[in-house]
Amino acid sequence: MSDGGGMNWRRSLIGLGIALPLVGLLGFGLTRNPSDIISPLPGRPAPDFALPVMGTDTVIRLSSLRGQVVVVNFWASWCIPCRVEHPELTAAKARWEGKGVVFLGVLYDDSESSARRWLEEFGGEKWPTLLDSRKKGAIEYGVYGVPETFIIDQAGIVVHKQLSVVTLDTLAHYIEPLLARSPQ
Amino acid sequence: MIVVAAWLLAAVLQAPAAGSVQEADTAGARPVVQVAEETPLDRQVREIAAQLRCPVCQSQSILESNSSLALDMRRIIREKLEAGESPDQIREYFVRSYSEWILLDPKAEGFNLTVYILPVLLVLAGAVLLVLAARRWMQRPAESSTVTPTDEDPDLTAW
Repeated sequence: MSDGGGMNWRRSLIGLGIALPLVGLLGFGLTRNPSDIISPLPGRPAPDFALPVMGTDTVIRLSSLRGQVVVVNFWASWCIPCRVEHPELTAAKARWEGKGVVFLGVLYDDSESSARRWLEEFGGEKWPTLLDSRKKGAIEYGVYGVPETFIIDQAGIVVHKQLSVVTLDTLAHYIEPLLARSPQ
Repeated sequence: MIVVAAWLLAAVLQAPAAGSVQEADTAGARPVVQVAEETPLDRQVREIAAQLRCPVCQSQSILESNSSLALDMRRIIREKLEAGESPDQIREYFVRSYSEWILLDPKAEGFNLTVYILPVLLVLAGAVLLVLAARRWMQRPAESSTVTPTDEDPDLTAW
């Protein structure tokens, strides 16, 4: 009788030993959103691009901005969260004006005319809007929706990728330490 | 009135034929569907696109998706192949931007190996359990068939 009890205990332990890790693995899977793509870019050099500025003949090359913090914001006029985000970016631009922070907008899957109308609605263009008509820039940054914002340090390394709306607080959290370590 | 009605009827009946004029041969019997022949470059684009997950879709490759992002990704694959890059280099290009998430078949290395090994192990464990259970079931009827006379119903033995 006592032997049978020992066997049952052993079987139960083996069963638990197999089932618990599997349940744990499935439980971990439930905590993750399968549509979220974890960007491999933070900590790595930002992909360089040379994109035309909307309404001008100028081309901006990212690598020419070395030594400054660069905020690259992918957006579109059809994007509802971009409307929420724009005042935050405008406030950020005013806060770090002349302090070594460059703001760049990259138009994603949108027409120039719609983008111009949208910007006029928000009081005009406050930083350059780059045209990425064939999405090469967006694809190299792993963009899969807008808005997405990248903060790039003075050495050209991606410090942060923000999915969806970026706030002034988030920008300050990443930008202030970068400015502190490199006095202007 | 009748003339107008007849003209409308004729227009309705002829409408589909008018739309498929280019698909019908002169005899009007057999449809002629012009399918562009797949070039080796097309095939390579298709093969690579079928291995990459569309970032803006649900469980679709960029070959299956007609989203603008998938179309641009297919165009980039074509341009890179034309520039002489290998399929591995092109896959790596997309992994650099979107991580290994972009690969529909994850690389068989590191933690990813569990995806390949775990199902095989589970099937093997299931097979072992089935064999053990089947053996036990085979033994049971043998034990129960050896009925001793003392187990017999006394009422039946009276007959």
